[in-house]
Amino acid sequence: MALIRRRLSAPLREPRSSDYEVVDTDAWLAIADDAALPAGDVIVSLSRFRAERELLAQRGARIGVRIPNDTAPDVLAELASSVSLLAIELPTQRDGRAYTVARWLRQRFGFRGELRAVGKVVRDQLSYLARVGFDAFELSRGSAHDALASFDELSVHYQASSDQPLPLWKRAARG
Amino acid sequence: MYRYDEHDLRLVQERARQFRDQVARRLSGALSEEEFRPLRLQNGLYIQLHAYMLRIAIPYGLLSSAQLRKLAHITRTYDRGYGHFTTRQNLQLNWVRLEDVPTILDELASVEMHAIQTSGNCVRNVTSDPFAGVARDEDVDPRPYCELLRQYSTFHPEFAYLPRKFKIAVTGSRHDRAAIAVHDIGLRAVRDATGGIGFEVFVGGGQGRTPVLATCIRTFLPERHLLSYTEAILRVYNQLGRRDNIYKARIKILLNELGAAELTRRVEEEHARIADDEGLVLTDDEIQRVARHFEPAVYEQLEASPTIDGLVLGKDRTLARWVEANVVGHRTPGYAIVQISLKSERLPPGDATHAQLDAVADLADRYSFGRAVVTHRQNLVLTDVKISDLAALHADLARVELASPNVGRVTDIVACPGLDYCDLANARSIPVAQDVAARLRSLETEQDLGPITLNISGCINACGHHHVGNLGILGIDKLGEEFYQLTLGGDHTETAAIGKILGPSFAATEIAGAVERAVRAYLALRTDRSETFLAVVRRVGPAPFKEAVYGAHSTPTQRTAA
Repeated sequence: MALIRRRLSAPLREPRSSDYEVVDTDAWLAIADDAALPAGDVIVSLSRFRAERELLAQRGARIGVRIPNDTAPDVLAELASSVSLLAIELPTQRDGRAYTVARWLRQRFGFRGELRAVGKVVRDQLSYLARVGFDAFELSRGSAHDALASFDELSVHYQASSDQPLPLWKRAARG
Repeated sequence: MYRYDEHDLRLVQERARQFRDQVARRLSGALSEEEFRPLRLQNGLYIQLHAYMLRIAIPYGLLSSAQLRKLAHITRTYDRGYGHFTTRQNLQLNWVRLEDVPTILDELASVEMHAIQTSGNCVRNVTSDPFAGVARDEDVDPRPYCELLRQYSTFHPEFAYLPRKFKIAVTGSRHDRAAIAVHDIGLRAVRDATGGIGFEVFVGGGQGRTPVLATCIRTFLPERHLLSYTEAILRVYNQLGRRDNIYKARIKILLNELGAAELTRRVEEEHARIADDEGLVLTDDEIQRVARHFEPAVYEQLEASPTIDGLVLGKDRTLARWVEANVVGHRTPGYAIVQISLKSERLPPGDATHAQLDAVADLADRYSFGRAVVTHRQNLVLTDVKISDLAALHADLARVELASPNVGRVTDIVACPGLDYCDLANARSIPVAQDVAARLRSLETEQDLGPITLNISGCINACGHHHVGNLGILGIDKLGEEFYQLTLGGDHTETAAIGKILGPSFAATEIAGAVERAVRAYLALRTDRSETFLAVVRRVGPAPFKEAVYGAHSTPTQRTAA
């Protein structure tokens, strides 16, 4: 699984390839619902998180939760304040609900942990995903190193988003 | 008109480069067609029956002469020497090669144009009133707001994968020439008692297989909230719009399923959270900055004579007929708004040849400050012509077969490309338009039929806007044969209405005759020449038209399911 992640040292700003790296060894382990919990940071399903919340909290490791892209706002609010990583499932390239979920998590619910795009994640979406607040991407196919270049394809961004609180006209002198 | 600054220019250049790379990856096989599809669609590139089709954005329909010449050059160099203006003020090229598209985008970027988001499930080209800035009934020039929306929606990261396409139209006049009632968001700029500008906000209009007129959800949205409110609507739609069935995915269906009150409540709730976000709230300075690009032309002080009315009554009857149908009063004395009909005997509706595009560019330079506008009825407009130049302009237009005196008349037919080009179509549109026009041209000349809108769509997707034509024709497929339904009473203006199906459908050879019978019925029913076709339909209802259309001509085969 090719994982791309924003460097910890990178400031929050519009996408550029130098702010991202390909991660070879991910500290997080994705755990199936019927698998035993190993030591270390784990990503579990929402149902497992709910069922074993106390057990997970007692382990002294970080908790990540994998959620569908139609997770309701009240659930997002609850998760935003209680876990370190949220992995949002992108079922298809065409289904854009994850983008609004990410915006809500960052702006409305103040989520500061890692927001990871999983599922159908292709290089040509990375810049949009990064702008709405994702900072890690499990690429579903292709070379992660090649995909980094996509962050530099467009350097002009008219809108404010999760990466940039101001629209272009408030950031730059315009004609 | 809006001139790009360094940022706008860099973006379209980078976009061309990005697309060149995507095309290369597609051609090498690195991208599957399934993966490439949403990417090319975000760039207006479709696969049609015979070739790729590229849809070029013309924001709010406004073109400079330099842009027209570039479009002429592109049709000549990369296509077959003509282009097709669409009902959303864009231009389509029907015969491009995939390999050439990146170069076409470079050419477009060189004149501050692009094909960004002319397709795909994203915010499409923002359309507007072709008379913006010169109309006598205008309260507010809508174009600065269109441009603000264009920039806001261009590559908006959150809304590139909406449930379905999303169309916005803006007008600032009392007469609606932008068809805002059939858009996902329709905005009408108005002034309040203190002169402050705001918008009436309509949501959930659309055509296709479920035609719906938009519902007003805000009567006065202050202009500073134009973007925040748009964002709230888009966010609610992106979250809740259906994704299980593309025919039920437009916001009109969401509005219907939730109810207008609940949709409004959700939009207002989201808006309350973001209304004061500094990333979204417009300032007077920013609105003024963009508005400065749309300052009125520097008009001459002209004599009161000649007048448009004088020309209509003049001895040159060819000129008089053209002026009467195609020329509209301007807000500045001595000037006129000239509509150029793209509905001639020779070309499909909305088509223009490269030579005509070049000619319009020259005429725009000579007579109208180097600007032209595309209309959603697939014609062109020169907005600032001296009345004293009308005769000369008419003669120049006639030399390039652009002097059809029929704008707003029944032969000014709006039609989609239909089965001659389109992958989705069930039936041909262009030959039907040509048949109907040929049949009605002499009647129109002899009888002064007045304004009648006639729209033809080759399938239920309704790109020809047949639902809102006074007369609408819809092509359908019955067991492999083309049939045509006739609808009556549609209206795309401020008195918008969806046309109603008149009766059983007609074979391709019979539809033109049916239209003629409907038009002749109108002639018999009108009280005098001032009573328009639509006014008669509204006064008498469909029954007399039905009788005239079907009376002696119906046969059992036509009576099968509509």
